[in-house]
Amino acid sequence: MKPATFIFALAAGALFGFGLALSTMVKPEVVLAFLTFKDMGLLLVLGGAMAVTFLAYQFAPRLLGKPLAGDKFLVHPSEMSARTLGGAALFGIGWGLCGVCPGPAIAGLGVGNWPLLISLAGLLAGAYVQGRFFGR
Amino acid sequence: MDLFPLGWMHYLAGGLLLGAGMSLLFIGTGFIGGMSTVFTTVWSWFSKAPAFQEERIVASRKWRLVYAAGLVLGAAAWMLTLGESFVTQVPAWQLALGGFIAGFGARLSNGCTAGHGICGMASLQPPSILAVVIFLFTAMLTANLVKAFA
Repeated sequence: MKPATFIFALAAGALFGFGLALSTMVKPEVVLAFLTFKDMGLLLVLGGAMAVTFLAYQFAPRLLGKPLAGDKFLVHPSEMSARTLGGAALFGIGWGLCGVCPGPAIAGLGVGNWPLLISLAGLLAGAYVQGRFFGR
Repeated sequence: MDLFPLGWMHYLAGGLLLGAGMSLLFIGTGFIGGMSTVFTTVWSWFSKAPAFQEERIVASRKWRLVYAAGLVLGAAAWMLTLGESFVTQVPAWQLALGGFIAGFGARLSNGCTAGHGICGMASLQPPSILAVVIFLFTAMLTANLVKAFA
């Protein structure tokens, strides 16, 4: 890995993690309060994140041509399929049960929320079973 | 009804920073910063199963691990400056079972709240937008059922 790639990935992750902590998404209780309609804050988190990312995805390729320290801007097309939609339904069930999604499961460790290690183990186990037995 | 009983500014500011992270990754490296893929890429070091040895998995495993480490550092920086530590009271069985189902589902779907919810929606992809509608629905359903019966 090029040093610049390392630095960009680490800095981007740090901003992401700081944002997750500031928005209190590292507290499953807050996520569950959203999912049970007690606090609509998560919509602002999602909306704010989406708006900024939308601008970057739209304008960076046009203005820069290629990434500052990379070869090309990647695209990651999602496919309209039973896997995508069925997987999303399952993901929601798990998320609604624990209030922890992948980003906060990792970032939460940074604020000392150690029980999230249990969710992290669950996420890793779920990803293993998916890849091992239900990969393409 | 109060939509934001705990205030709203920290939600919006956090969201904007989160987006700034995704954007910095894209502008700097051209990578798309979903998060759940890291759980698949770490297995590429330990398992020879074909799904873990796909080119896109092996090729992205190093930067994804660095990106994940950044997440922990960023959250720790918040705790040391503006915030304080927090330990959840959600029961362990919910954390474990919910994590397992969410991990399986996110990888089957090839995206989570970050991948579909932010990256996919920010690139206006219909499958991602539909995935978000679906997981928000099942998550709300599940959370309300758990609240009613637990």
